[in-house]
Amino acid sequence: MYDSGKIIAGIVIFLLFVTFPFYYNMGKAVAKPDPSVDTPVIKQMEKKQCIESKQAMKTLHMQLLNDWRDAVVRDGQRLYVATDGKSYNMSLQNTCMHCHSNKKKFCDECHNYMAVKPYCWDCHIQPKEGA
Amino acid sequence: MAMKRREFLKIAGLSAAAGIGGFSALSLVKNGLLEASQYNRDPKELKASRWGLVIDMSKFQDKEAMRKISAICHKKHNVPEISNPSHEIKWIWTESFEHAFPGQESPYMGDEIKHQPYLVLCNHCDNPPCVRVCPTKATFKRADGIVMMDMHRCIGCRFCMAACPYGARSFNFINPRPFIKEQNPEFPTRMKGVVEKCTLCYELLAIGKPPACAEQSNGAIVFGDLKDPNSEVRKLIATNFTIRRKPDLGTLPSVFYIVSGKEKTGGHEHAG
Repeated sequence: MYDSGKIIAGIVIFLLFVTFPFYYNMGKAVAKPDPSVDTPVIKQMEKKQCIESKQAMKTLHMQLLNDWRDAVVRDGQRLYVATDGKSYNMSLQNTCMHCHSNKKKFCDECHNYMAVKPYCWDCHIQPKEGA
Repeated sequence: MAMKRREFLKIAGLSAAAGIGGFSALSLVKNGLLEASQYNRDPKELKASRWGLVIDMSKFQDKEAMRKISAICHKKHNVPEISNPSHEIKWIWTESFEHAFPGQESPYMGDEIKHQPYLVLCNHCDNPPCVRVCPTKATFKRADGIVMMDMHRCIGCRFCMAACPYGARSFNFINPRPFIKEQNPEFPTRMKGVVEKCTLCYELLAIGKPPACAEQSNGAIVFGDLKDPNSEVRKLIATNFTIRRKPDLGTLPSVFYIVSGKEKTGGHEHAG
């Protein structure tokens, strides 16, 4: 093989460069997200239950919100009848954030961890947080 | 390990079937979580076949009354107050007669009619050119005639602004948030790069309330169903001479104006 020294050195440098993020961050575990539902409104609730089961909200909240906005803005349907038969006004700003008034600990905690940047708050007004 | 072609195809076929089946089974589980949920309209909602407004210009006391209405609308909908006219956002505002109704002025018109400001807003046209040109269907016509904006879809191309002959649309050239004095926490703001306009208070109609401008106008703005012959708007249109903005363009506006000079003692007899 011609120039084996240069090629092998090049490969080694390349591998070091490509794997840099892995060994740079080794052992530095980022804290797991710990979303909190600790808000005044939720504290006062007898049965701490969102509009759907926790499991459904965890996996499907993004689809739910997407469907809600189309239903409200495009079809003029404003009431969400949940699986348990209860009815809710479909509104991120007025319904979701009424209880979940802690956007930083509730929304951002996981979104930042997962590096997702939903653009909800470019327009929708986030609740005022004391802390 | 040597594998016959026949066996390879069998395995490949089975795994493909398992993959597709597994995927659809997973999505079934996901959808199953919310299977029993559904969407409904609010029973309090105001319904019509075609919403329209009749604006009786003689019932406005002065310019201040009109300014008050636009201030209320703008406050309710988080419309920013930007002093730079090239960045200005407006949903309902005043315009001179010759700008509001070009081609309908005459040299013998009374001063009152000629020089008073006219309250103008989106006409919620029956044949809206803005809807026709929108490439993303961000602006669309609802079944009840409201020309709606879906801010989630607006890409800021401004075709609608070029198409609208009434200047009813404003573009957010800058982030509007710093220019909103007092935010209404029940209504969203807009962001830089979207077009906005009057939405005939669809959010109020949905809970059974009339649009804010009509409610705050002391009877100068009447709101109702243009397709219902017994509605107040139809009666007003039937018993008064009304004009619409730029009717020759064929956009069929839903906003009708009753224009009559106020009777004035002391004789302002310019029209001969």
